[in-house]
Amino acid sequence: MTSGLRYVYAVCRPFDAALQSQLSGVAGVPPKLLSHHGLIAVLSEVPGHDFEEEALKARLEDLDWLSATARAHQGVIDALTTVTTPLPLRLGTVFRDDSGVRTMIEAREDEFRRTLDRLEGRVEWGVKVYLDAGDAAPERPAAKPASGRDYLLQRRMRTRSNEEMWQNAETFARGLHDSLSGRAEDFRMHAPQNSALSGAAGRNVMNAAYLVPRGESEEFVELVDRTKDDTPGLRVELTGPWAPYSFTGEE
Amino acid sequence: MTVVERREVALVDLLDRLLAGGVVIAGDLTLRIADVDLVRIDLNALISSVNDKVPSPWEERP
Repeated sequence: MTSGLRYVYAVCRPFDAALQSQLSGVAGVPPKLLSHHGLIAVLSEVPGHDFEEEALKARLEDLDWLSATARAHQGVIDALTTVTTPLPLRLGTVFRDDSGVRTMIEAREDEFRRTLDRLEGRVEWGVKVYLDAGDAAPERPAAKPASGRDYLLQRRMRTRSNEEMWQNAETFARGLHDSLSGRAEDFRMHAPQNSALSGAAGRNVMNAAYLVPRGESEEFVELVDRTKDDTPGLRVELTGPWAPYSFTGEE
Repeated sequence: MTVVERREVALVDLLDRLLAGGVVIAGDLTLRIADVDLVRIDLNALISSVNDKVPSPWEERP
């Protein structure tokens, strides 16, 4: 029988407001605060049978479990963002006991403070661009090619219009990114999402994250809204505000 | 002010951030979950969940 492990969501500076009382964390265990060296680790005491290294590896392969855990992690981070700017840790950061968490804080406190300073009052916005192939090039029921030459011609035209669509999408995404990065302090490009996995319509051609001061978010969102319906066949999707997950690494 | 619709966060968007972002800590006292492993695990989990609908690109369908 293994005793409880410590699942750490985030590190932040001490805050005055109370954390939402109804918050259920990972494994259904409400988070608590561990204060050390002037920093706070937000953690839940989780059962070893799910969070020991081997068990965790197996659990992460279970989509329902991964999804529930990711949402619980996000729920705690979201609650923290209403009272402070948290520095989120990667999903599945687990320690054996409180003293392991304290040792980790001691080893990295300078780095934590630098990053917390850099991210203070900032949020992350996600902006994705999709190419809606269906709209831009309606699949006409192609006339049955009368000859091999017709067939090749039809094929070449299809290829060309696909290329044009891609070029348009790329030009649009680049323009959008230029104007958004002008309003953001930093950005990250995530890999485009596979539509089979996301279930989203169209093809994801840009998947970016922007770091924006909370107070300038309204303008940033308006900027996205303005550019969003400019080009037919392209769709822009905005997510956020997120805690600055994508910007926790030091340059 | 533009009201941003707060729909349920999509799992892929969440995993982009929780598995690729966040501070990576791999000290002696952690259980050392390598980020490479996590990315692979994330894909395995997602791919196996859609396998029924999406044929694997690596296998010929019978």
